Amino acid sequence: MHEAPSGGLKWQSLLLLTVGLILLFLLDIGLGSVRIPVEDTVRILLGQSVGNEAWEAIILKIRLPRSVTAILVGAALSVGGLQMQTLFRNPLAGPSVLGITAGASLGVAAVMLAAGGVATAFSIRQLDLGGSWMIIIASTIGAALVLIVILGISFRIKDNVVMLIVGIMVANITIAIVSIWQYFSDPEQIQEYILWTFGSLGGVTNQQLGALSLIVVSGIVFTFFLSKTLNVLLLGENYAQSMGLNIRRSRILIIAVTSILAGAITGFCGPIGFVGIAVPHLTRSFLNTSDHRLLIPSCVLVGGILMLLCDIISQVPGSQTVLPVNAITAMIGSPIVIWIIVKRRNLKSSF
Amino acid sequence: MGYKSKKEEKAVLSGLGLILRKGDLTCLLGPNGSGKSTLIRTLTSIQKPLKGSVAIDNRPLESYSQKELARKISLVLTDRNAPGNLTGYALVSLGRFPYTSWMGTLSQSDKELIHYAMECTGTLAFANRHIGELSDGERQKIMIARALVQDTEMIFLDEPTAHLDLPNRIEIFHLLQELAHNSDKAILLSTHEMDMALSSADKLWLVTNENTIQSGLPEDLVLNGQLEKAFSRESLEFDYETGGFRRKSGEFKAQVAIKGPEVLKRWTRSALERKGFKVVEEAYLRIDISGSPDAPEWTTNKDNKTYKTIEALLLNI
Repeated sequence: MHEAPSGGLKWQSLLLLTVGLILLFLLDIGLGSVRIPVEDTVRILLGQSVGNEAWEAIILKIRLPRSVTAILVGAALSVGGLQMQTLFRNPLAGPSVLGITAGASLGVAAVMLAAGGVATAFSIRQLDLGGSWMIIIASTIGAALVLIVILGISFRIKDNVVMLIVGIMVANITIAIVSIWQYFSDPEQIQEYILWTFGSLGGVTNQQLGALSLIVVSGIVFTFFLSKTLNVLLLGENYAQSMGLNIRRSRILIIAVTSILAGAITGFCGPIGFVGIAVPHLTRSFLNTSDHRLLIPSCVLVGGILMLLCDIISQVPGSQTVLPVNAITAMIGSPIVIWIIVKRRNLKSSF
Repeated sequence: MGYKSKKEEKAVLSGLGLILRKGDLTCLLGPNGSGKSTLIRTLTSIQKPLKGSVAIDNRPLESYSQKELARKISLVLTDRNAPGNLTGYALVSLGRFPYTSWMGTLSQSDKELIHYAMECTGTLAFANRHIGELSDGERQKIMIARALVQDTEMIFLDEPTAHLDLPNRIEIFHLLQELAHNSDKAILLSTHEMDMALSSADKLWLVTNENTIQSGLPEDLVLNGQLEKAFSRESLEFDYETGGFRRKSGEFKAQVAIKGPEVLKRWTRSALERKGFKVVEEAYLRIDISGSPDAPEWTTNKDNKTYKTIEALLLNI
């Protein structure tokens, strides 16, 4: 009797990824512009006092939330990208293709550019909680608006590829509105907006982190419940339907989960590109499978690892400079993806 | 099990009254673009009939939920775009979708059924191989195994052999024939390949020129001329002996008579006809085939020479 291909090797891979994630997490906390000895870092993390309040504040209030945010961003965008790629059976799909990121940007632009000089990003940050939440709420509303338009259209369209094109077009319209808005805005306001588009992992406070974690974790758990649906969608809509899958309902669920994941992340951290497209490919190549029951947890781990790595590099260890994380994700990630594609050549066969 | 269908759509197909029976391999035969896929889409409820109704076990198709239908009908399509990153086993096990829990965990009986289906289709050897590494024929057999695993009374296949070479086509037709007869399933297969349909089908649904479907035994449809009518073109004529179409020979060069063993005669005749000769019983021009079957020789009364190959014969006749 042939057994199902055993999961032994795959579970080992998952374990390996988990260990890698934990190591990078600790490294990310340990590194920074202020040198803090390793044993003190560990002690602070374990809740012991080291007699240096500044260090404790740096670790617990700045670096820890920053590293947790990095993992959340990587995990959420990767899982969102994985779902989009499977739904549209297209290797170029990602959480940003449906205009979700663009919608979030529109919301943020509305706050930053229209509110006038009073509410520039810096003043918003100084407004502490209320102001940051304003940006987040604005971006979520923006993402939700685009999502409602897309879902409305999706009731009329049966074909997922047509849906993908519609999504890209809606994204373009949204981006066009933002750029017209920019054209008529003051240079200072544009600058604030552009700073936001660079992406930042450091802007999430401890209080916001709770909300972000809740959204991301529940989104990923929900996606895991959809893994059987996603597996069947791999065969194409016709086969999926013939096996009793409700295509419309599945599509709405998948798009909704992805929008919430991507919308929340974009609101908190800015439009972070690349991760959502690249990580699913990396994970599929690494595990050589398309089974979502394995891919979803793996994407969470690989996404977290990649974002932590990008965060470490963006802080330029040993210097005071911090580079925009958005540039790093593309600069580090693209060569990795090119290398994988050239080496494995199984990218296209996944769809 | 009874199964009826009446359909009409902007002159695609109309006036159908068809019944699909368990244990039969039914071939839906028609030229390209004659509405075969549309019919299959209608029968599987992907598309609604413009008029009339489809029923399974005397219950109309619309009253079945999608889940129920997935336990009645399974589908195999022409699509080549199966995901390459799944193993054969993983793909076949997707067929259990309508039966498994939300996680898709396979029970022991699920596994036994998967094993049985892969054994039937001769795909056990591909269980641990990735779909991307398989040939088109092997992949199509995996897709048939997947349909079997879905454990339905009916399997519909839309041009399952479209991309395959002849040996693979024969194998798949043979496989489906055995499945229909042994497991008492109703199998409907659409194809435009007349020879395969004629030799394997228990029943033929023939799409005619009048945009309707004639149903019957393949042999009956040949003899009453329906098949010839369905596929007829100006330049083609039906050969009632071989059961295939051939180009109408307009003017022929000369008449020729062939004498010799049957097999050799048949192939010599086919070569001569292609060259524009008409083969008759008695003619002025004659070809005698002699020698052993391994080393035949052709002699013509034109120059009384003997040739070792048909090619040489044709050059000199």
